[in-house]
Amino acid sequence: METMRQRFSDVTKDLLDTDTRIAVALADIGAGSFDQNANPDRVINLGIREQLLIGVTAGMALSGLRPIAHSYTPFLIERPFEQIKLDLSHQGLGAILVSIGASYDAASVGRTHQSPGDVALLGTLPGWTIHVPGHPDEAETMLRQAASTDDTVYIRLAEDTNTQAYPTTGRFAEIRTGSAHGATVIAVGPMLDRVLAATEHLDVTVLYTATVRPFDAAGLLDAVRGPDVVLVEPYLEGTSAAEVAKALRGQPHRLLSVGVPNIEHRHYGTRHHHAAAHGLDVPGLRATIDEFIALQVDSR
Amino acid sequence: MYLKLYVGQMTLAMQPQTNHSYFDLPRLMSLMTGDEKHSSAATSTLDVIWTLYNRVLDVDPGRTTDPLRDRFLLSKGHGPMAYYAVLAAKGFVPAATLATFAAYDSPLGHHPDATLIPGVEIGSGSLGHGMPLAVGLALGLRAQSNPARLFCLIGDGELDEGSNHEAIAIAARRHLDTLTTIVIDNQSASQGWPGGIQSRFAVEGWATTRVNGRDHDDIARALQLPHEGRPLAVVAQTESRGT
Repeated sequence: METMRQRFSDVTKDLLDTDTRIAVALADIGAGSFDQNANPDRVINLGIREQLLIGVTAGMALSGLRPIAHSYTPFLIERPFEQIKLDLSHQGLGAILVSIGASYDAASVGRTHQSPGDVALLGTLPGWTIHVPGHPDEAETMLRQAASTDDTVYIRLAEDTNTQAYPTTGRFAEIRTGSAHGATVIAVGPMLDRVLAATEHLDVTVLYTATVRPFDAAGLLDAVRGPDVVLVEPYLEGTSAAEVAKALRGQPHRLLSVGVPNIEHRHYGTRHHHAAAHGLDVPGLRATIDEFIALQVDSR
Repeated sequence: MYLKLYVGQMTLAMQPQTNHSYFDLPRLMSLMTGDEKHSSAATSTLDVIWTLYNRVLDVDPGRTTDPLRDRFLLSKGHGPMAYYAVLAAKGFVPAATLATFAAYDSPLGHHPDATLIPGVEIGSGSLGHGMPLAVGLALGLRAQSNPARLFCLIGDGELDEGSNHEAIAIAARRHLDTLTTIVIDNQSASQGWPGGIQSRFAVEGWATTRVNGRDHDDIARALQLPHEGRPLAVVAQTESRGT
């Protein structure tokens, strides 16, 4: 199956050829995917210099271009975080940041190339749109839409994809409808297929979104049924828990946050091994969600 | 030497506010500091910024959004009184606004914010951000066939930040000859620069020169040196910080 990364590369080439405002800044990673001779002034490989990657991206935005910066997640978001905070957000400049690697796609190389905290970290800055596409089609729509604005947009590409794409409205889509008292399970991006499989036997409403900032609080409030809410995110556990709590502040509820635990996980293998270790595969999700729903809540 | 000269002539600054001269700058700075005299640290950038706005930059208060204007990027945003004084002297900021310096509702903070001050191209204050922004801006303008020149001012202490060295390398590799970096050298880098600041630029292929950071003719000459095909670094020597 076509990867999100391949689609990103194809769509970006098309954007470069059709829109002279589009520019791409790279720090070696991904440089082989773009023909730097086709648009030599708008495809800039800076070598292994990630502080400069964001500074240059911001400078290009300051000149009136619409820049896309691309690298592996830790080197795009974590290493140059102060540049993102100051050169983009504080200067009031827009850019599109597109990462690959997700939380642990690079399982075999260890912690250095894993970034489960990227969404939480970027979420500390105001005004960012954060997309977590679950399918190459979603990634393409998000990228083309972002290219037509001057907003600060992060698109987090992953190896895991769902079998089906959904409209990228930024609003929750109700994928499965449960009873009026059933639990509500929120699946973010590539977690959807696993959430659907893990909850097949349950009376739950399953909501899907591939955009977590801004968070569709009104949509959640509209859709939520009984008091039980499960939030399943493919990155650091609880990243959007405060958003859920704020959305449901007028409504008695209890929340289970599922995601990558905040631990040093010193193992290699594949992303599937890591998903299993973190309880983010189908059996793990099923066990965790079953246990939560079965909990007897003392209502005194 | 030049510092003492202008401080000594402060009392002569009686010209109309609509036509400020260099000798008005101490008085304009006094609106912010409340002091009549200013330390060399507070004025280390003063003569370079004045010379830029007075003799080099093609920009004026009516053209702050003109795509073809020259860009001045103050990366050394700490201690911006000299910058604000020049902006006021040249009409970008009303002189009266200087008196609001660092007040809650003032556009003029201890570090500049580009979104609040007309004519200010970048906000700064955290060190090592201006050069990468300038390189990106130069690349972006080139991609749009815009010949505008860029002047980025950093400090010798600020040069410690590794982000500058990422920018120095790429500015030369990309032959960014619209870019000039001015390094104010007031010897504030705590670990020093053995071999000299110029050598850090020269080894990457920049044109380099060193000037007396208080001598307006020397500064103006250096800032207008031809440097076809490569960026230019001007190291402007001022008094040691704290003297």
